[in-house]
Amino acid sequence: MRYSALAIMRQVLNGHRGWKPAWRDPEPQSSYDFIVIGGGGHGLATAYYLAKEHNAARVAVLEKGWIGGGNVGRNTTIIRANYLLDGNQPFYELSLKLWENLEQDLNYNAMVSQRGILNLCHTDAQRDAYRRRGNAMMFTGSGAELLDAEGVRAMYPFLNFDDARFPIKGGLLHRRGGTARHDGVAWGYARAADQRGVDIIQNCEVTGFRIENGKLLGVETTRGYIGAKKVGVAVAGSSGRVMAKAGMRLPIESHVLQAFVTEGLKPVLDGVITYGAGHFYVSQSDKGGLVFGGDIDGYNTYAQRGNLPVVEDVAEGGMSLMPMIGRARLLRMWGGVMDMSMDGSPFIDHTGIDGLYFNGGWCYGGFKATPASGFCFAHLMATDRPHDVATAYRLDRFRTGRMIDEKGVGAQPNLH
Amino acid sequence: MIINHPLLGPRDASEFTYLGDASLINRPDWQSDTAAAEFHDYLYLRDNPAGTHRELWFHEQGDRSWLVVTRDTLTHEILATELARDVARKTGRGK
Ligand SMILES: Cc1cc2nc3c(=O)[nH]c(=O)nc-3n(C[C@H](O)[C@H](O)[C@H](O)COP(=O)(O)OP(=O)(O)OC[C@H]3O[C@@H](n4cnc5c(N)ncnc54)[C@H](O)[C@@H]3O)c2cc1C
Repeated sequence: MRYSALAIMRQVLNGHRGWKPAWRDPEPQSSYDFIVIGGGGHGLATAYYLAKEHNAARVAVLEKGWIGGGNVGRNTTIIRANYLLDGNQPFYELSLKLWENLEQDLNYNAMVSQRGILNLCHTDAQRDAYRRRGNAMMFTGSGAELLDAEGVRAMYPFLNFDDARFPIKGGLLHRRGGTARHDGVAWGYARAADQRGVDIIQNCEVTGFRIENGKLLGVETTRGYIGAKKVGVAVAGSSGRVMAKAGMRLPIESHVLQAFVTEGLKPVLDGVITYGAGHFYVSQSDKGGLVFGGDIDGYNTYAQRGNLPVVEDVAEGGMSLMPMIGRARLLRMWGGVMDMSMDGSPFIDHTGIDGLYFNGGWCYGGFKATPASGFCFAHLMATDRPHDVATAYRLDRFRTGRMIDEKGVGAQPNLH
Repeated sequence: MIINHPLLGPRDASEFTYLGDASLINRPDWQSDTAAAEFHDYLYLRDNPAGTHRELWFHEQGDRSWLVVTRDTLTHEILATELARDVARKTGRGK
């Protein structure tokens, strides 16, 4: 069924009794051409683009729980292309272009909202750095505007401009950035992939790989052995665990990031604000809740919850930037487990094992990457060549000295 | 999380900073023929287990000692704490 205003009208007239499940619930077949492990945003997007861009017919996504139950449903929904380095910025600009056309392409309302992102700056050095970053963004067509303090005040008069430690001196405005409904992204890709024949198999955990003479034959799962010509792993925070089953060690540690939502408020904040100095970022959801977060907890964990010191730190950051936030009640908080890579940048690469491909290391920033990650991973799996904008995301970049240290803070996950 | 410091007793984890896997104590020999490969693995590759993990914590806001903390990464439960110095000595490291 295609969704349209007319389809909704028809359903209204028959009391909404005609809606069908958005994707099938097939039994796993004995073998596939392509298996994608992980039914998060990246895995589902990969399967969709394999079918759409590369005409792959026998494709399955294997998800251990339910699709969208991982980080794709746990993040703070910010999408943007405001990177600096050559290895990154063209990739995120491709992602932003795909976001801009996503809903038409998928025939699904993912609530993509280009409400603008403002990165605040608090020192002259930070302003210079933003000027440079803004230029890098403009080279790839992503758009950037440098605001002075008055420009920021005109947008968000309620911010604390005269904080003694971090007075607001201006900001870098990225109008094409914004937010998207995270669950909608997973569901939209799932439905569109299913319509192109992809089998989305939930409650199917991959428990091992069958590898002979350096060649991958298939995967062991909780629903039996499934053969495959090519397997792509896109399991976000579980990369270390899953790739260990193929005998690999990765330049990755799993850390938790927390997110917070207040009670629903009247509209107060129409864009996204980030406050690098105090480690805080905030937007308002369409339901009215202020959605915000800050730093990672900073030590290895697979628990999908965090600890209190970071809650306190995030709340302090919020209060110092936006004192009125202290009047709002916090409704919910949760954690998501992320692959923190050693330089803070991701991987989309072959492994040393013939037929096995890896996508991971997205740290706290992989939601915005979802479309381009799927697009480029599908390209790599189908053609065995990296996509032009994803050539830097190699697993061996630490060995060859080609790290992508976007934040410039060094080789330790909890610094990123 | 409460880290039971072997000398100072129970302390809040926020007094500490985290370095990572306790295997970082075992720095490779820089003069070995395969030093470049060994340093790559040492610096960048990780086991990243879900479950028991031995890791280095620095008591920065306290006595500035390094601890080896054994922790369950699924539950945040802390199973053991040792002075990193003692751990290093047990493996035959000098001083
Ligand atoms: C609190 C928080 C806030 C964030 N905010 C942002 C943000 O504002 N902007 C942004 O760009 N990014 C953000 N991120 C990061 C972003 O959410 C992730 O980088 C990205 O979603 C990860 O990709 P994914 O969606 O495919 O992962 P997931 O949705 O986690 O997908 C991985 C899937 O693999 C499955 N899986 C694991 N092991 C197996 C197995 N053995 N067999 C089968 N399936 C398996 C899991 O069940 C899971 O469903 C945030 C993350 C968190 C936690």
